[in-house]
Amino acid sequence: MSEKLSPLRELTLARIREFVREPAAVFWTFGFPVLLAVGLGIAFRSRPPETTAVVLVGTDAALERAEEILRDVENVDVSRVSSDEAATSLRTGKVDLVITGGREAGRFSFTYRYDPMRPAGRTARLVVDAALQRGLGRLDVADVQEETVIEQGGRYIDFLIPGLIGLNIMGSSMWGIGYAVVLARRRKLIKRLAATPMRRSHYMLSYIFSRIVFLLAEVAALVAFGWLVFGVAVHGSFLWLGFVSLLGGISFTGLALLVASRTDSTEVASGLMNAFMLPMWLLSGAFFSYERFPEAVHPVIRALPLTALNDALRAVVNDGAPVLSTLPQVAVLAAWGALGFLLALRLFRWH
Amino acid sequence: MPSVTSTPARTGAVTLRCRGLVKRFGRVTAVDGIDLEAQAGECLGLLGPNGAGKTTTVEIFEGLIRPDEGLVEVLGKRWGGGGDHRLRMRLGVQLQETQLADKLTVGETIRLFRSFYEKGRTVDAVVALLGLEPKRHARVHKLSGGQRQRLALACALVSDPEVLFLDEPTTGLDPQARLRIWEVMEEFRDGGGSVILTTHYMEEASRLCDEVAIMDHGRIVARGAPRELVESLDADQIVEFTIDGEMDNAALGSLKGVNTVGRRGDERVLGVENTGEVLQALMAELERRGIGLDTLTTRLPTLEDVFVKHTGRGLRDE
Ligand SMILES: Nc1ncnc2c1ncn2[C@@H]1O[C@H](COP(=O)(O)OP(=O)(O)O)[C@@H](O)[C@H]1O
Ligand SMILES: [Mg+2]
Repeated sequence: MSEKLSPLRELTLARIREFVREPAAVFWTFGFPVLLAVGLGIAFRSRPPETTAVVLVGTDAALERAEEILRDVENVDVSRVSSDEAATSLRTGKVDLVITGGREAGRFSFTYRYDPMRPAGRTARLVVDAALQRGLGRLDVADVQEETVIEQGGRYIDFLIPGLIGLNIMGSSMWGIGYAVVLARRRKLIKRLAATPMRRSHYMLSYIFSRIVFLLAEVAALVAFGWLVFGVAVHGSFLWLGFVSLLGGISFTGLALLVASRTDSTEVASGLMNAFMLPMWLLSGAFFSYERFPEAVHPVIRALPLTALNDALRAVVNDGAPVLSTLPQVAVLAAWGALGFLLALRLFRWH
Repeated sequence: MPSVTSTPARTGAVTLRCRGLVKRFGRVTAVDGIDLEAQAGECLGLLGPNGAGKTTTVEIFEGLIRPDEGLVEVLGKRWGGGGDHRLRMRLGVQLQETQLADKLTVGETIRLFRSFYEKGRTVDAVVALLGLEPKRHARVHKLSGGQRQRLALACALVSDPEVLFLDEPTTGLDPQARLRIWEVMEEFRDGGGSVILTTHYMEEASRLCDEVAIMDHGRIVARGAPRELVESLDADQIVEFTIDGEMDNAALGSLKGVNTVGRRGDERVLGVENTGEVLQALMAELERRGIGLDTLTTRLPTLEDVFVKHTGRGLRDE
């Protein structure tokens, strides 16, 4: 052979070939996240401003006056119904607020019935009260100007797309690598390779390199999809987005090698992977912000690799944050990756 | 330990040597004190039934398993002395159960293995050597059992090794596929290579091996050139028969010309010197005792008979 073959290159090529020749793996890596984005995007798409549904119960002339006033208010639907019907509609959320009352001792006197736990109920309370009071003669005491802005990156889909990218980087790295290692061990291929002069670090590195190739394609596919279909723009630097994605992929590859370092059973490996990944699906702010968890656990959540990845991705995609501001996340990711690799290299079972 | 001592002059350089090898897995002692030597230009065979400890022994030789006791030297080097990487460059290995990557083609697989070695044969040369040209672009999962074994052998030979370890390379193959693999091994050996082969086929051991170590329960029960081992039975022929009555081994052994008496299941196995005389004497004795003869065959003695002699069982009995 005239050319000198590079073992690292050949190992990486072998990984890549094995991946692209496995249609199921390709689907789970590229197709699944896009389908997930479509599903969630449709479910949580932005709607036009909601109308407030108000009903009046009773026959008092004062209620007729109120109906007249409310009829002219934008985005308010008003109607007269029976008391029973009003109760049912309020309970099922069809109606946001029920008005009863009339005139008492010469004054208008209304009762608002609504559910203060529902944002729509509280909104209805404010809108209706302001309109009625003003309509019945209250004067405004201050001049107010309004400036409305539609915040960039403020929709749910804007929040979701970077989260899906993070999830996908984690999932495809963990499943892709972990499963391949366990299968190779089970089939005694790892043992066969250990009988050659192959450098063990080359074996590990080939997994990283092959991941890098597909990772950039995966991220690009999701970003392009989010942009074309939902108009989710990348406000920060593409270069930094690429860097953060790569670092995330490499870190999770290291962790995958660690999780798969001992076992030759795919069941055991699946269990370990799920135990490792499921908590992060919930905690790391992929689908909803981890701000909803108590403040006390935030430092723990932020120390998770997926949280670091998601936060960094959101900073770049949604906020266009400067590169330096994501350094803490980058450091967390790098630490996890290094830990995974070093432990995997030590613990790896070669037979 | 019963063994055949008078080894004819052997000239090749020693490629592998082990002394007092012991390996335990929990309560099982898989290898129980083994001494062996292999030489360049020769094939050393480990012959024994399943579970005899053959795989464990060769994997210790290959540096994949650490022995609990004993010494191994391969090409004058010991495992774990810092020179493992260099040493592996000079070896070719085929493991008993490896399944190579399904999705790669034959050519890609050999190329991958070639890349690990500094020196070696070209991929083309190895593909040709194993007759894999028509399958070069086929994926591994499409190959037949024989083609897979040839590919495994190709991966072991691509480094142009000095020592070739083959663990049951023909198990489960049809005779034709087996023959092709034998030819490649013979060519390698005749070119000065050292082959260490495990098998539970006595035909394979007889044909290929210059020296055979017969293993059972982690020990070597007999060792020597196949011809010598068979000659050590002191039998020109083997007579096997079944009868419808009882006759003890001592009575059979006292017949003139009978050198060994064994039993395998219902079958009596005699190692005899003068077959004609023995058969006459046997018939007369059976008649005298009123015992009927059910079946009778005679054949040349084989390594299997050596195994039976030392263990009281057949190679394929469980
Ligand atoms: N990794 C292992 N763990 C436990 N027992 C083992 C292991 N490998 C081999 N053995 C046991 O050691 C004995 C010898 O096995 P092996 O060397 O595979 O024999 P052979 O190759 O001759 O069939 C068997 O009883 C087998 O069950
Ligand atoms: Mg075996």
